[in-house]
Amino acid sequence: MAMTMTQKILASHAGLESVTAGQLIEANLDLTLANDITGPVAIREMEKAGFDKVFDRNKVTLVMDHFAPNKDIKSAEQCLTCRNFAGKHEVVNFFDVGQMGIEHALLPEKGLVGPGELIIGADSHTCTYGALGAFSTGVGSTDLAAGMATGKAWFKVPSAIKFNLTGSLPKYVSGKDVILHIIGLIGVDGALYRSMEFTGDGVASLSMDDRFTICNMAIEAGAKNGIFPVDEKTMEYIEGRVNRPVTKYEADPDAVYDETYDIDLSALRPTVACPHLPENTKTIDELGKIEIQQAVIGSCTNGRIQDMREAAAILKGKKVQKNVRTIVIPATQEIYLQCIREGLAEIFVEAGAILSTPTCGPCLGGHMGILAHGERAVSTTNRNFVGRMGHVSSEIYLASPAVAAASAITGYITDPADVAE
Amino acid sequence: MKARGSVFKYGDNVDTDVIIPARYLNIADPVELATHCMEDIDTEFVKNVKKGDIMVATKNFGCGSSREHAPQVIRDNGISCVIASSFARIFYRSSINIGLPIMESEEAANAISAGDEVEVDFDTGIITDITTGEQFQAAAFPPFLQNIIRAGGLLKSLKEREG
Repeated sequence: MAMTMTQKILASHAGLESVTAGQLIEANLDLTLANDITGPVAIREMEKAGFDKVFDRNKVTLVMDHFAPNKDIKSAEQCLTCRNFAGKHEVVNFFDVGQMGIEHALLPEKGLVGPGELIIGADSHTCTYGALGAFSTGVGSTDLAAGMATGKAWFKVPSAIKFNLTGSLPKYVSGKDVILHIIGLIGVDGALYRSMEFTGDGVASLSMDDRFTICNMAIEAGAKNGIFPVDEKTMEYIEGRVNRPVTKYEADPDAVYDETYDIDLSALRPTVACPHLPENTKTIDELGKIEIQQAVIGSCTNGRIQDMREAAAILKGKKVQKNVRTIVIPATQEIYLQCIREGLAEIFVEAGAILSTPTCGPCLGGHMGILAHGERAVSTTNRNFVGRMGHVSSEIYLASPAVAAASAITGYITDPADVAE
Repeated sequence: MKARGSVFKYGDNVDTDVIIPARYLNIADPVELATHCMEDIDTEFVKNVKKGDIMVATKNFGCGSSREHAPQVIRDNGISCVIASSFARIFYRSSINIGLPIMESEEAANAISAGDEVEVDFDTGIITDITTGEQFQAAAFPPFLQNIIRAGGLLKSLKEREG
């Protein structure tokens, strides 16, 4: 029976020759992930149920990134719970302030996730690692507790939607525009329970950072996972990071897909998702004049070095509007250092933006950039739900780093080409 | 087993950020956390909800963040069942894992109105709108999931298997 790429990874981790869509399986995990929000719940549930060991101290990861550096006493207590758990179980990959970064940028960077692997994380954006040709998906804290204790999880084998990518992206159009375009096309439940498999000649032209962004937001279409084939760029990325054998899975040529969409990358325009759903997309040309009071450039979606470079290229030698609070958040310490070494940090600060330590912070309305009533932000994050970044009457427009940077300069949501020299 | 109560009705794509806003996710005490359930879209919910009441919504209920605090606060407010046209997948799993009863029925989700008295029969999957007299058949759970539900959640079912 022909299988999709996702189905092959699931079959191999379940010890089965083949699987079919709809089948319930139990699969072995290569890695589990929790953060300072979901970790404490998982730890409590695990201990309450009487599990006193983790399945493998090398394969359990905990990243303190959401409300860290601790925003208040309650958040500090949550990190403490995770820290104590990590200490007790001698968890190797516990990332605290100083080593931590935003989890979905950090784990690939540290080589903790690789092609062909199976990862669950108690964070919905765990689907990011599909960019490396892995199967990864978000789960709740109880699933994660079971995963940490047993090294296994149950899955319903998903069917898949194929996205056949052709061409290459025009200037000022990036992975963010690709995924926003797709979510606009299929809706926030367009891929519910299913895989999004990206394939076609256009894949080769996409950078790894573009692919991470695209897979990151697969959940925003309801998908179980998003996945890219493994190619030269993947292997180049993992070189020196992943020091263990990896398996490259490919979809069978006759694999069955529920639907196929052809996406011509060269025809895409900068795309923005309007409040209050990621599916409410418009191209920059259709948007009209939307004034903003804040611009956020960062998050697990767009806090990688390419994002920093694209934003800096727009901001170089310019000033952000005085009434636009511009917050730039490199996703990891390594990216933060790169920003300093490449002179991007100076560009941001001279432009009137702030450069924050890695944190999820404002993306989920935690800290470091909360919106007041009626305020509007352009943000490179992933969700524009009611109240997501602050007051229930505030509004979030999701966009790429280039659009967010251009908008910070003009004070309204702007096509990067209009401010570039 | 049956549940019966009056209905709180919501629309499409109710996300976990409105079920329990992230600004409260630093709260470890489940009782305090539950007082903020639904507040960004329905400030009356926690004031009016009674034990046994039923939540009904249309498509993609529980989309967005994986936070298990979302099914947890709904359960801890005494909701006996969530009926929706469809559920986001992480919310679906977590509800089963933590013992919040859920039912998928597009017909029921569309037809039932706020304030209706509704009865859910978990053994047969039959949903009855007592107020209108209409009946609906929800999708059945596969045996694998029924085992988790019967054991009282995922971790208990794993412990059962160990023992």
